Amino acid sequence: MQDEPTPNELIKAVADFLRNEIAPEIKGHNAFKLRVGINALDLVTRQLALEQGSDAAEAARLKQLLGVDAALIDLNRALCEKIAKGEIDLQTPGLADHLWQTTMDKLAVDQPNYASYKRELGNK
Amino acid sequence: MIEEQLGRCVAAWYPGATGVTGAAKLSGGASQETWTFDIVHPGGNAGAILRRAPPGYGASPGRAAGLEAEATLMQLAYDAGLPSPRVMHVLKPEDELGRGFIMQRIEGETIARKILRDEQFAKARPILARQLGKVIAGIHGLPAAKLPKLREISATKEIADLEREYRSFNWPRPVFELALRWLRGRDPGPSKEITLVHGDFRHGNLIIGPDGVRAVLDWELAHLGDPMEDLGWICVNSWRFGEIDKPVGGFGSREELFAGYEEAGRKVDPARVMFWEVMGTLRWGIMCCGMMQRFRQGPDHSMERAMIGRRSSETEIDLLRLLAPKRG
Repeated sequence: MQDEPTPNELIKAVADFLRNEIAPEIKGHNAFKLRVGINALDLVTRQLALEQGSDAAEAARLKQLLGVDAALIDLNRALCEKIAKGEIDLQTPGLADHLWQTTMDKLAVDQPNYASYKRELGNK
Repeated sequence: MIEEQLGRCVAAWYPGATGVTGAAKLSGGASQETWTFDIVHPGGNAGAILRRAPPGYGASPGRAAGLEAEATLMQLAYDAGLPSPRVMHVLKPEDELGRGFIMQRIEGETIARKILRDEQFAKARPILARQLGKVIAGIHGLPAAKLPKLREISATKEIADLEREYRSFNWPRPVFELALRWLRGRDPGPSKEITLVHGDFRHGNLIIGPDGVRAVLDWELAHLGDPMEDLGWICVNSWRFGEIDKPVGGFGSREELFAGYEEAGRKVDPARVMFWEVMGTLRWGIMCCGMMQRFRQGPDHSMERAMIGRRSSETEIDLLRLLAPKRG
C-alpha cells in the first residue's frame, strides 16, 4: 500500500501553486501554455476523483443493454458493433439514456465548463 | 535571415521597395508557416503576410488544396469584390523561400472570444451572420472555369472518409457510431449543384473589424462539392464559444445567415445544411481524436495537442443534442 498524500492531493497542490503563484508572473505564449498545463492537471484530478464511480456505472448499464459481461472497453466495442450494424438504435430502450449518462460523465472530467454540458445539467 | 531573402524577393516585384522589416512568425507546423512583415518603401511601408511551405517540403498533405491553389482562390475572391487579401506574389524557385505566396496584410481580429465579447465588435456582431451569408454566396458563385484543380467531395465520400479515419484510431465511441449510422441513413445524395466550397469557413479563418468581416483566410481545405456544406460547418457548436443559442459563430441566427445567402441570389436547403452541421460536428470530433494520435506518435508532443484530444467529448454531447435531444 502506498502512503499518503494521494496522487489527487499532490496534483491539486501543484496545480494550485502554478495557478496562484506562477501564472501571474508569466507573459505571452508561455502564459497560454501554462494555462493549458494547469487545465490538464485539473482534468487529471477530476478523473482521479470521478473515474471509478462512472466506469462502474457505465459497465453496469452496458451489461444490462448487451446481456453480456466483459471488460469495459470490450463492452464498448460490442456496443459500437451493434450500433454500426443497426442491431441497437435510439429506439432500443435504454440506449439514449446510456449514451447521455456516459457522455455527461465524460464531460464532468474533460470540460465541466462546456456550455452544452452546463445547459444539460440543468435539463435533467 | 528571412528578412534578407524576403527583401531580395520583394525588390523584384514591388517597385521602389528598399527591403523588409519586422518579420515575425505567426504560426507554423513543420510543413507550413505564416509570417508577417512590412515592406519598406519611401512612400510608406506596406503590411504583408507570407504563407509558405519552407524549402524542402514538397506537395501539401492529404486533403489540402495546395498553396498555389490557395493563392489562385484568394485572388479570384479579391477580384470578385469579396473580402479577401490581395495576392501580391506567388513564390518562384529563384526566391529561395520555398513554395507559397505573399499577400496584403489586413488588420483585424480572428480570435473568437474577443470577437464575441469585446466592446469594439459590439456593432459588428448583430450584422455578421447576414454579411457572412452574402460572402459565402459570393464564394459559391466564383466562376467555375477560373478555379484551380480541386478535389470533389460528396456527402457519401465524406462519410466514408470520416468512418475510415475514426476506425483507424481503434478506440470505441458509441456516439460517433450513432452519428455515422445517422449520416448514412440520411445521406441526401449528390448535390444538384456542385460549386466551390471553402471548406473551413469559421472563426479563426475570418478577419473581423468593428465594421464587420474584412477578409476570408485559409483556403487550405477548399474543394468542389455541395455548397450547403459551408453553411452547415459555420453552425457547428464548437465555433459558438459558449454562445450556444446563436448557432452562427456564437453571434447570429441561421435565419440571418440564410437571408444574407439568399439576398445574393442563391438558394438555401435548410435540411441539407442541418445534415452538414451533424457531419461537421462529427468531423471536428474526429479531428480532435487525430490531434491525440499525433501527440502520441510525435513529433509534436505538445500539451496543447494532448488536451485537444480531450475535447472530442464536447462533440459527443453536441451530437446527442442534435440526434437524441432530451425533452425539457
